[in-house]
Amino acid sequence: MKSLLNLCIVSFGSAGAWSEEYVDAIVTDGITKSFDGFVAVDGVSIAVGEGELFGLLGPNGAGKTTLINMLSTMSRPTSGTARVCGFDVVREAAAVRRAIGVVFQGTTLDDHLTGRENLDLHGRLYGMAKKLRRKRISEVLQLVELSDKADLLVKTYSGGMMRRLEIARGLMHHPRVLFLDEPTLGLDPQTRFHIWEYIRGLNRDEGVTMVLTTHYMEEADTLCDRIAIIDHGRITALGGSEQLKSALGGDIITLRLANSEDGERLLRLYERSPYVSRATIRDSTLYLTVEQSEEVIPLVFQTALGSDISIQSVTVRKPTLDDVFVHHTGRGIRDEVASEFARVRYKLQTSKR
Amino acid sequence: MGVTRAFQTVYTMWLREMLRFKRAKSRIVGSLATPLFFLIILGTAIGSSYKIESYREFMTPGIIAMVLLFSSIFGGVSIIWDREFGFLKEILIAPVNRFFVALGKAFGGVTTAVIQGMLLMIIAMSVGVEYRSLLGLLASIPIMFIIGVGFISLGIALASRIESHEGFQMVMSFLTMPLVLLSGAFFPLSELPPWLKTAVYLNPLTYGVEALRWALYGEPEIPITICITVLLSFAVITTFIGSWLFGRAKV
Repeated sequence: MKSLLNLCIVSFGSAGAWSEEYVDAIVTDGITKSFDGFVAVDGVSIAVGEGELFGLLGPNGAGKTTLINMLSTMSRPTSGTARVCGFDVVREAAAVRRAIGVVFQGTTLDDHLTGRENLDLHGRLYGMAKKLRRKRISEVLQLVELSDKADLLVKTYSGGMMRRLEIARGLMHHPRVLFLDEPTLGLDPQTRFHIWEYIRGLNRDEGVTMVLTTHYMEEADTLCDRIAIIDHGRITALGGSEQLKSALGGDIITLRLANSEDGERLLRLYERSPYVSRATIRDSTLYLTVEQSEEVIPLVFQTALGSDISIQSVTVRKPTLDDVFVHHTGRGIRDEVASEFARVRYKLQTSKR
Repeated sequence: MGVTRAFQTVYTMWLREMLRFKRAKSRIVGSLATPLFFLIILGTAIGSSYKIESYREFMTPGIIAMVLLFSSIFGGVSIIWDREFGFLKEILIAPVNRFFVALGKAFGGVTTAVIQGMLLMIIAMSVGVEYRSLLGLLASIPIMFIIGVGFISLGIALASRIESHEGFQMVMSFLTMPLVLLSGAFFPLSELPPWLKTAVYLNPLTYGVEALRWALYGEPEIPITICITVLLSFAVITTFIGSWLFGRAKV
């Protein structure tokens, strides 16, 4: 038993598994995955630093989960390479698996067992000795504040509690990298906020590198050190939230028009104006990217009034990640909701065959 | 490390099945009710109506084999549920060998199947079924174990290929009932028409029923050595097919 404990300490606690020149927790080089001609992830090259909280932001179907699946050795890349903690995800899959934890999109708990039993089985699967297991179970339970619910069956848990237990389980074996696939999907706003706090705290206190996928902009915005915007399998922008937003250059003026037919005409006028660096239209609302909005707003109004177009309302705001997304893809993340329905319908149809 | 990890994987999977079994009291009661009705109602009725003495005793090994078949196939096919409810991902992302995962699952399922078989044997005694000897009862335990391994591995093999629980219903109706009916659980083998006889002899469960009959009553129609040989071969072959298919299964 003692020797087993030692083995576990060696394999979980030592820095020996790390190569000395190791800098980044994750490095991918042109990693690509295609299914029957459909390219889900298209030549992604990113590097995630140790201890970083890295976000993959994109609409549903953008390739986030596929990318995570490749990085966590659940599926093989069609081409390109990726290294996680210095190990190749294909050739050294076993070493990668020992070094990572994964919190999947849907629940992967055994709900006929208690929370503690789920954690205990996990520890056993990762070869943790009894003492270490017991110590770590009480630690991670405390981290996600589930200590008093540990001996209840998981089927009595709420959605938020299950999610917390999964996060605790993902951290149980001291992974160097934790992947979180849509960690707050389907949770109510209050629970989501709590999960964010746990994720932030765990990243800080346990020093775990975290990669999370999300299609909630607020989530990426509040949580992540750096964000990669992914669309149609490609990284379209990468950087810190503030950096991405300021790259858009200035403030965003939103104009709602009284008459929607005037939209296109006014858009062309603004596109020619020197003080508007970018103008887009969605429905009957115009979005203008400008610097020094205080001085530009009067000019904006003059242009509209000069062409007999009346403006119903105006707002000025700092750019959001949604604006960043629109800037890089020409679409809003929320526009994808409709196509998500189409995808679900398609899935239902194909599964019936 | 390799052997320790392999053992630990098998044990973990076995432990999970035990923890689940411990809480599934209603499932155990439910799974024993049907065979008991068969034994008590059908066994008594056929025995007295057709003036066959000790038909209930004749039927007992068959009913035990039926319980084993149901619970083993169910145990193997429960991988479909693990997939549907996501737990399979948790297992498959772990740094463990899938062969030992399948093996542990099989041992867990077999243990529960054998426990159910023994429970049925004991309950049958309380309604007046008699056995040859205590030694026979003990001999039936390893036999039940081998039967269980064979069919649970068959279940794992099927579950690795079937992707939905609708498929599971198909398995239950088109596989298990014919296996039970074509096994000599309810009738002697000697007087059957040739086509039926062929089908019965091709059915691995037949040898399980006969082996149990040997252990409990000592009068099998197929020699016990042949029964054990067939059962062992079946168990080995399905274990390899099952764990191979499970190793290639998609999540």
